[in-house]
Order: sequence, then structure tokens, then C-alpha cells
Amino acid sequence: MGEQYEIIAAENLVAGYPGNIVWREAKFSVNRGEFVAVIGPNGAGKTTLFRLLLGLQQPVSGTIKIFDEAPKRGNPQIGYVPQRHIFDGETNIESFELVRLGVSGKHWGLGLLSKKDRESALNALKDVGATDLAHRSLGVLSGGELQRIFLAEALVSNPSVLLLDEPLSNLDMRRERELLQLIHGVVESRNVTALLIAHNINPLLPYLDKVIYIANGKVATGTPQEVLTSECLSVLFGVQVEVLRDSRGNIAIIGIDDCHGCQTE
Amino acid sequence: MTLTSFSTLTSTFSNNPIVDLQRIFQFPFMQHAYEAGTIVAIVAGIVGYFVVLRRSSFAAHALSHIGFSGAAAAVLIGINPVYGLLAFTSLGGLGIAALGRRAAQRDVQIGTVLAFMLGLGVLFLSLYAGGYAQEAYSILFGEVLGVSSSAVLLTLVAGAIILVLIAVVYRPLLFASLDEDVAEAKGMPVLLLGVIFMLLVAVATSFAVQVVGVLLIFALMVTPAATAQMLAKRPRQVIIISVIIALLATWLGLFIAFYTPYPVSFFICANVFVLYLLVRFAYPKIRPIRTAQILPDTHSAEET
Repeated sequence: MGEQYEIIAAENLVAGYPGNIVWREAKFSVNRGEFVAVIGPNGAGKTTLFRLLLGLQQPVSGTIKIFDEAPKRGNPQIGYVPQRHIFDGETNIESFELVRLGVSGKHWGLGLLSKKDRESALNALKDVGATDLAHRSLGVLSGGELQRIFLAEALVSNPSVLLLDEPLSNLDMRRERELLQLIHGVVESRNVTALLIAHNINPLLPYLDKVIYIANGKVATGTPQEVLTSECLSVLFGVQVEVLRDSRGNIAIIGIDDCHGCQTE
Repeated sequence: MTLTSFSTLTSTFSNNPIVDLQRIFQFPFMQHAYEAGTIVAIVAGIVGYFVVLRRSSFAAHALSHIGFSGAAAAVLIGINPVYGLLAFTSLGGLGIAALGRRAAQRDVQIGTVLAFMLGLGVLFLSLYAGGYAQEAYSILFGEVLGVSSSAVLLTLVAGAIILVLIAVVYRPLLFASLDEDVAEAKGMPVLLLGVIFMLLVAVATSFAVQVVGVLLIFALMVTPAATAQMLAKRPRQVIIISVIIALLATWLGLFIAFYTPYPVSFFICANVFVLYLLVRFAYPKIRPIRTAQILPDTHSAEET
């Protein structure tokens, strides 16, 4: 992978609000080109990490840096796909318009002459294999199709970091796998660093460089082999848990309610 | 020019619509009505698109009712009702925008204020000595045939300001309306855009009241855009269609009303309503031909 260039670095990071700390004493780093999973139980503060990186929320204490600077809102190097909603059937706007807004939405004026935005939008749609969806209405797209459009919307401004909040939720296993392959392919070809929040880590295991595991007000980080062990997770959760592996390498965590092996919602 | 004097002027259609139109434009009050109606239809057609896109039709509806008490207060103290409308709807708009992100869905809070403001309007009008019913009628249902040339000028100035402002905020407002979270993360001032939007609705409403009145504001602010949205998928196209619908409804409404003894507001509302019904129920029956052509395309995409 060549030189290890650190893109994101956190030290003694405490997140949340003064009266309501979500997690504390976090230390982690992400290098250029890494594919990182952010996992943990519901409400553990995974999205909080993204909000910190986007500059939408300030750390309670400690430092977090992205590209050697404190995060600030509107960083053009970050592409963001929030956890989302689908559009209701009455939203009759073609997907292409949303993707184009990913780059043109920052500019004032009517932009009647912006040919370049159009091309960037078409390229982004091509990269996510959604050229055929360009002129379909957002309101009629399926969950998987919408995620591709959202990904294109995030890619259209050529970011170097992608923050994807639960892009795999509400997809069946086949679509989940397809979308993941697509995300991984785009990340590789565009040489983008990606942080992806997920509920179930198993489908991600073949692609991951790093895991940021948030639970119990604490953060554990490292390679999947380092983090997804009985020892590491027992320390994190503060109770004795056991990590089991099946013959394909899928894991199940025994001892907490939120076991990864289970496909239940 | 009051409504009663207008109905005495009515005559019947001739066989030649050109002649009918020429006859209409001989009257200055009809010229003013067409001028004000045209400006209001263009502005309402455009602002209405964002109202529909942001699911803010209830907020727009509420603003017009808040405007009612403003107009009534203006009547009471003897100034042009438009100023009362502007003051009250702008304050109401700021208030709704300050409620924050999902303001459009705050039905209960907005509805509570709406009811109180209507009540306040009734009080103001009852305190007004001269012609309670007449004033109430024209605020509630519009009196486009009574628009003066100075009112037309004021409408023109307000309309121009609204159009320039929309041209400036067009893309960020579209972005924030469609995808607020991403727009916010990209550093766009979504709260400010919300405030600007509500002020645009406030001013557009204040002037549209002249044409269709407080109660019928939907006819120009919501229905044309909602109809247009069923006919096109690109924002610019939808806006253009929305404006065309609002214009045609207004022009045709004035035209028919001139030759019949019934109010203009009714015909404008009826025009947009009939068109809405046609597009809603008849248009999908023609459309499947097009959908069928797209289908094989999507099917192959699912397989790759």
C-alpha cells in the first residue's frame, strides 16, 4: 500500500455533550485508502463519530483531526451518505437531479450554463453502475437503487474520504453483498478512504482493513483480527463475551444481546 | 370597484373570443386584474414548487390565515391591507422557520397559532365600523377586480424581488429541500435557507391574497405545482409547467368571470382543480405506453 499517510487521527477523544457523554478516551487513526467498518450496538454513538468528522458536532474534550486539521463543516474532501429514509412515492424528481446537486447545490444562482456539473454527475452515476437510473424518479427506486444514487451524490464532488452511515440497512443479503462489492470497487478505483457504519460485520469481513468498535461508552480499534477476539471485546463490553467463528470466517459474539452472527433485525 | 358593481357590467360571450378579449381590456379594472393576476400566478407557480417539494403546504396555508388577521388589523387602522398581510405573514414565516428543520410537519403547533390568528382577525373586523362583511369577504376570497394601478405596481415590485431572490438561492434551496442532511454537512446554511423560503412564501402569499383570497390560496400556491410535479421530473420543467397552469387558470378565470355573474376566485379554483383531476386520474391512463418502454431497460439493469 506504499506510504502510510494518516488521514484521520483522534487522541483522548470524548464525544457527546457535557451532560451526556456518549463515549470517552478514544484513540484511533485511519490511513489513506483504508476501508474501515464502524460497528457497535444501536445508540452506541457511531453516527456521533461521523458528526464529529463533519464538524457538525464538537468534541467534549480531546482532539480529532482530519487532514491534519480540526474538522470543519463543509469540508469538500468529505463525501457523506447519511442514514436515510426513502423518498415517498410523490417525490417525482429524477435521480440525476439529486446527484447533480451533490456538486451544484453549493453554488448560488441558477447555474443555467453549468455543463461541467452535468458531466461530473453522469460520471458518478456511471461509477456506481446507475446510468440507467438517471432519469427515473427518486420516489420509485428500491432501497438498493437509492443507496447507489446516494453514493453517486457523495462521489460527484470527488471527495477523498467517504462516510457511509448504514448503507446496508434494509437490504436483503444478496443486495447487501452487491452493494458492498460496488462500494469496495469504487473506493479502490477512486483511491478513496471509506468509513462505513454497519450493524452486521460479517458481510464486510472480506474487505476490511480496520474496525472501529464502539460499545459501552468506549472505542476499540485495530485490524479485524485484533479487535474481533474474545479478549478485546470482553474488555470493551466489560463482561465476558466469546467470539466464535464458523468455517467461512463469519463471527458470532456470544454474551451480548447484539450478536453479529444473527441476521435478525 | 366592488363586486356588486362588477356583476352589473357582465354581458354574454360573442362568437369571437378575440372580440370578447378586446372588450375586456377596454376596462381599466380588467387590465389591472390581468396585470396583478399574471404577476401573482408567475410568483405563486414558482414558490409553490418549493412549497410542494418541502411538504410545507400546511405552513403556507397557515401563513395565509395569519395574514388574515394582519389584513383585518390594517383595515381597522385604515391602511392598505397588503401591509398588514406582509407584516403578519413575515413574522409568522420567521416563527415557523425558527421552529426548525421539520417545521412543515408541526401540524399541531402551527394549527393552534392559525386558529388563534383567525379569531384575532374576526375581532379586528368586528371592531371596524364600516362594512364588516365586505372587507371580510374580499380578504377571505380575494377581490382581484378591485386592484388599483398602484397596487399593481406594488405587486410588480414585490414579484420582481421574489424572482431575483429565488434565482439567487435556487440551487442551494433545491438541495436543502431535497436532501437537508447532506446540504448541512456540505456547509450550506440550511436554517437561513429555511428562513428565506418562509419569507418568500410570506410575501408571495400576501400578494396572492389579492387575487384568490386567504382561504383559496392553495389554488395558486399548491395545486399548480402539485399538478406540474405529476407531469415532469426535472425541477426547471416542473416550475415552468406550474407557472403555465397558474397563468392559464388565472387568465381563463378572469375571462369567464367577466361574462358571468360569478366570482373570479371560483373560476380560478375550478380551473386548477379540473386540471389536477385530469392529470391525476386521466394522465396515468395515457402514460403506461411510456413506462412500458422503460421497463426492459430496468430489467436488464437488475441482472447485471
